[in-house]
Amino acid sequence: MNNLIKGEKHDWEMVIGLEIHAQVKSKSKLFSSSSTKFGSSPNSQVSLVDAAMPGMLPVINKYCVEQAVKTGVGLNAKINNYSVFDRKNYFYADLPQGYQISQYKYPIVGEGKVTIDFKDGTSKDIRIVRLHLEQDAGKSLHDQNPSKTYVDLNRSGVALMEIVSEPDIRTPDEAGMYISKIRSILMYLDTCDGNMQEGSLRADVNISVRKPGDEYGTRCEIKNLNSIKFIKQAINYEAKRQIEILESGGSIEQNTMLFNTSTGKTRPMRNKEEAHDYRYFPDPDLLPLEISKDEIERIKSSIPELPDELKNKFIETYKLSNYDASLLIAEKQTSDYFNRSINSDPELKNHAKLVVNWITSELFSLLNKNNLDLNNSPVSPENLGQLVKLISTNEISGKIAKDVLEDMFSTRKTARQIVDEKGLQQVTDHGEIEKVIDEVIADNPKMVEQYLAGKDKLLGFFVGQAMKLTKGKANPKMLNDILKSKLNKKN
Amino acid sequence: MSKPSLKQILKDLESKKISIRELNQDYLNRIKEKENLNVFIHFSEENVLKQIDKIEKDTSTKKLKGIPIAIKDLFCTKSMPTTAASKILENFNPTYESFVTQKLLDEGSIFVGKTNLDEFAMGSATNTSFFGNTINPLSKENEPLAPGGSSGGSAAAVAADLCLGATGTDTGGSIRQPASFCGVVGIKPTYGLCSRWGIAAFASSLDQAGIFSHNVEDASILLQSIAGFDQRDSTSAKVDIPNYFKNLDDDLNGKTVGIPKEYSIDGTPIEISQIWEDAIKVLEKKGVKIKNISLPHTKYALPTYYIIAPAEASSNLARYDGVKYGFRSDEIDSLDNMYENTRAQGFGREVKRRILIGTYVLSAGYYDAYYLKAQKVRKLIADDFNKAFKECDFIVTPTAPSGAFPLNEKQNDPIKMYLNDVFTVPASLAGLPGISIPFGKDKNNLPLGIQILGKHFDEQQVFNAALSLERSYE
Repeated sequence: MNNLIKGEKHDWEMVIGLEIHAQVKSKSKLFSSSSTKFGSSPNSQVSLVDAAMPGMLPVINKYCVEQAVKTGVGLNAKINNYSVFDRKNYFYADLPQGYQISQYKYPIVGEGKVTIDFKDGTSKDIRIVRLHLEQDAGKSLHDQNPSKTYVDLNRSGVALMEIVSEPDIRTPDEAGMYISKIRSILMYLDTCDGNMQEGSLRADVNISVRKPGDEYGTRCEIKNLNSIKFIKQAINYEAKRQIEILESGGSIEQNTMLFNTSTGKTRPMRNKEEAHDYRYFPDPDLLPLEISKDEIERIKSSIPELPDELKNKFIETYKLSNYDASLLIAEKQTSDYFNRSINSDPELKNHAKLVVNWITSELFSLLNKNNLDLNNSPVSPENLGQLVKLISTNEISGKIAKDVLEDMFSTRKTARQIVDEKGLQQVTDHGEIEKVIDEVIADNPKMVEQYLAGKDKLLGFFVGQAMKLTKGKANPKMLNDILKSKLNKKN
Repeated sequence: MSKPSLKQILKDLESKKISIRELNQDYLNRIKEKENLNVFIHFSEENVLKQIDKIEKDTSTKKLKGIPIAIKDLFCTKSMPTTAASKILENFNPTYESFVTQKLLDEGSIFVGKTNLDEFAMGSATNTSFFGNTINPLSKENEPLAPGGSSGGSAAAVAADLCLGATGTDTGGSIRQPASFCGVVGIKPTYGLCSRWGIAAFASSLDQAGIFSHNVEDASILLQSIAGFDQRDSTSAKVDIPNYFKNLDDDLNGKTVGIPKEYSIDGTPIEISQIWEDAIKVLEKKGVKIKNISLPHTKYALPTYYIIAPAEASSNLARYDGVKYGFRSDEIDSLDNMYENTRAQGFGREVKRRILIGTYVLSAGYYDAYYLKAQKVRKLIADDFNKAFKECDFIVTPTAPSGAFPLNEKQNDPIKMYLNDVFTVPASLAGLPGISIPFGKDKNNLPLGIQILGKHFDEQQVFNAALSLERSYE
């Protein structure tokens, strides 16, 4: 695959690494018992600890630790028995302690990897450097008053997992696939709700460009991107910006950038000199985090089937392609839907590819059009299974099935009901089809003449006419075959 | 007048020889009389009278019912403001009660006021307080002496008999040194024995609450009341708290005392060496085996402490930023400038000095040379003690290198001031329990202190040895 960008003198390659911040799914915060519920009124979920009142102390939330361990297992990563919480010191209005409790030298999860799958059937591993736990900051509200900034501490202290990748990513698409895959793993494990709009999952992107084969170039970091679309846009813009500078003889400054979602451009936030010295040191209020092997085993055994395990199972059981299987596992709701659908009839097992297509193309496009989610699809997985069964047994044609699905979508009736009510069963009776074809041939002698004179394309005309007469119900293959043989006999 | 004693007062209250009201009225009168000592940052007669009213109506039995206690103004209290002796918390009224003070309230004690201290407990003379110096009650007229610090207000409150006991905190000697200067008993227990929850933090890995009292028995009663596990403090220890008072035993026959040679420092006044020798002789007479021990890394303790404590402080004090509570400067035109002016105006010189030192030693490029190295040395110092305690049951040293000095003597020389902690800091770094008891006098007839150090969570041995020495001295 060619991942390179054409430059003036030579091609350029992007080198990309992601730091993903995933909010841990938990009822209470990382070091306090306040609720983590999204969208509550400002400062309604703030404990004395979250507000950093004098003498208040953090106490680790064990559930959040378990969630991080689970996620580590899902990332095929090493779980560290010993990890340490450090203080990352900096001043900001929405950082009440004046430091963020994070993990620096000793993260809870070490090296791992995730696999992304391409359409052409190939796949690629993206290596994970580490995952660590840390506190989120509060929110500064600058738009509430012309001369004041307000601070909302509801988010202050909520647990985040920072997942850092190696710079193994080479294109914006890979970056998108990587974050989708991480999101999928988190959601299967139920360790993050994956809601990018609400900020539960956001990413910082490190990007540099180089001549293929050269050393890494100087990188810039684009902060806080909260959609896959923006991540791709930001990477594209930033890569172009860097290439332009390099091609005009300049050099890249190691900057931290912000991405403007309305202009689609990045702009520098601070340069290397202005970079913070966070003065990390172990938080003396917390003991090192020690997790026994038994504890890790216990957590491991509680883990549900992971996306890649499921993918392999789908490939083996249903002879699906790697890419089709990867479509199914992208979201847990999709694989759940597929599982229910394909298990609704024993016959469907042999038509798995058909089931996949009807879910991921036809049903998805209807859902998209109606702004719906698979979870609230008007078509149940069992009903979709029934529809596919009708197709696979030639009871209805694929073309008619599309109409039936739309009907099912709006009326919530079953496929069988609609097909019966409307008499949509495919005509597979040889004699009946022959009769219709004879009629068409008899009605269009001129066309027959032209066809026989060599205008092969006219076959479509005869098919269309015959379909019209059967209201689209004739089995297309039979129709084609009979038509051809009848016309050819005239020769 | 006989020496005040909590043990005796508890008996007198029980036998109704005196009433809670009479007792506290007596203390209130004395507090008002001694206002010139500037012992309290917060004192309200009305508040004390209210507490008396309330406790009189309480019919339940409580261990410290009606006992007047002074609280170092570093403990957050609901009923009184909490300032840490800093302008930055000048009008701060906590909505919560610290673990230690809640325990004392649960036992029925009465808080007579919040005592003065060095700002955020940083100092050795109670002269860095935003609310002015505290004067050592043992001062002669026109020759004001420092009470030591940082818990100088609490030590002075006990010395002037303005309460029957007081809370303190000790980070590098802040209970033991002022106890020595004021001629009272002061115990810093093992790190983790008393929860730090609700105590404004100075250096989290060293801060430990403790007790000032008139004598060793009283200290054993009061420490029992404030000790215990607290799940809100991750460094709080899950240990059983023995009944120290009931278990007191001054018979030291067959015990071994360790005498560390590194605590003989050139330039130490002769009186200090003298009381140390005296204490050893007394112990020998009581059948205690004298063992010369070595704590080879002692000389590194002070520099190690003055890296670790400021490092932690620089981070702990970052929360005082003018955003959420406490003082905020009026001169603001940007966020950065709000921080700068608030902290420049809100903190005093010593606090700023330590924030600067702490920020420096944690900075990129210096961290390994200072903070990391200091942590390694701290481990060696702790190992020294662990080894030594294989050969002895407790260790005896002087508490401080001098008696109380004149109020303003070391004001402008921070290094000289820091040297006050030379005997107390090593045990703080190792997290060990230590007590200071009055033992002998200096050439100005001012009290000096002997320090007894014990193994982790062996407060009982510390009390027993202290009691034995106290009885021989009386």
